[in-house]
Amino acid sequence: MVGLLVLASLTVLTLDARREDDGSPLDSLRTGVGSVLGPAQDGATSALRPLTDIPKHFEQVAELRDRNQALQAANDQLTQQLRVAGANAHRDAELGGVDRLANTEDLDVVKAEVVGMGAAQSFSRTVSIDVGTRDGVAPDLTVINADGLVGRVVESSATTSTVLLIIDPGSTVGGRLGESMELGFIDGDGDLSAAGRLELSLVDHTVSPREGDVVVTWGSRGGAPYVAGIPVGSVESVHSSPAELTQIAEVRPFVDFSSLDVVAVVTGSADRRTDDLAGGAAW
Amino acid sequence: MSKALRVIVVTALIVVTVTLQISIFTHFSISGVVPDLAMLLVIAAALVRGPDYAAGVGFAAGLVLDLAPPADHTAGRWALSLVVVGYLIGLARGDAEPTALGTVFMVAAGAFIGTSVFALTGLVLGDPGVSVASALEVVPRAMLYDVLVTPLVVPLVVMLFRRLQPVDRW
Repeated sequence: MVGLLVLASLTVLTLDARREDDGSPLDSLRTGVGSVLGPAQDGATSALRPLTDIPKHFEQVAELRDRNQALQAANDQLTQQLRVAGANAHRDAELGGVDRLANTEDLDVVKAEVVGMGAAQSFSRTVSIDVGTRDGVAPDLTVINADGLVGRVVESSATTSTVLLIIDPGSTVGGRLGESMELGFIDGDGDLSAAGRLELSLVDHTVSPREGDVVVTWGSRGGAPYVAGIPVGSVESVHSSPAELTQIAEVRPFVDFSSLDVVAVVTGSADRRTDDLAGGAAW
Repeated sequence: MSKALRVIVVTALIVVTVTLQISIFTHFSISGVVPDLAMLLVIAAALVRGPDYAAGVGFAAGLVLDLAPPADHTAGRWALSLVVVGYLIGLARGDAEPTALGTVFMVAAGAFIGTSVFALTGLVLGDPGVSVASALEVVPRAMLYDVLVTPLVVPLVVMLFRRLQPVDRW
């Protein structure tokens, strides 16, 4: 009996392990389970929201106090800067904000709510959201929230989708330094907490990123899986890796992955529309 | 209760447990570690019914956990882990049902075995998220959290499994 079950588990494992190459026979099963359990997760989340908000409430009191303090400090600082009328230091950040605004206006998005989160015991950083193929969501679409890049859709059923967060160690995003336009690759470290950092390794190893530089997505052809120009995070520290001769920058993500709630799936962008018009031969 | 009805009830129990684990208990996660309700279910099954039955429940619960969103790992890994947990805990139970302290020990052992088997299969398959360091960090925390919720969950589930047990065995 047990031998049989172990054998069955191993069979499922081998069947599914080859999915990287040519789709897994379990994909349809996965989508099926998703269409049944997705709405169930959705319902459970909304029904028990008052209960699940309790820990958040306590966190929020402390957080609000901290934020109040931080805002006060920022306010004082800004007033001072306004007086000396030399806000050069903050120009980068503001430019980033303008970029973002311009971008947001050009994106077609589907709003979604996070209804389930993978456990740390599973060693992968994924969440499920309450929109699916019915809402026009498909694998490889970019997911953002108000703060920046969240991840990309890896799996969709009719009413739910699974999102791979960029903090997942298996996720790689093409990134661009906001200031020098240098290209690089951003990998996650798997830590969902506020201590979680992304690693940016630049293609050109002679360039050294500056602290505070904003990193945005570089974007791929047709805007999949990541549309261009979405803010990812800011460079916190830089160290060089002697083995690879590349500079590795630690990037603090703009998005707080442990408290994801409302996100948006990008279903279309100006880039993509132009591409479609040009028959995909724009570049 | 007829056999078919019992199977339906257990299946419903598994689905509800996994749904709760994925959508509700993630809000109470301690740095990402969530109490393994599905594992507690399997351990309770092992304590009441023994190794073979628990291995069956473990396979079913693991498969649901593998396939339900937002799971993204290779399917079958939780199934294998929970079959092993159910079987070993069922064997360790022996003839008598354990005391409260014994149950806590079983849960700790089960959480250790289950999470470790899952991490090991990840290492073998080359899952980028699994490293020995991250496993060493997650496994003890998962054990601790599972033990913490044991008094809230296991007695309830043990009672349910007792009621599902066929009474006309001798």
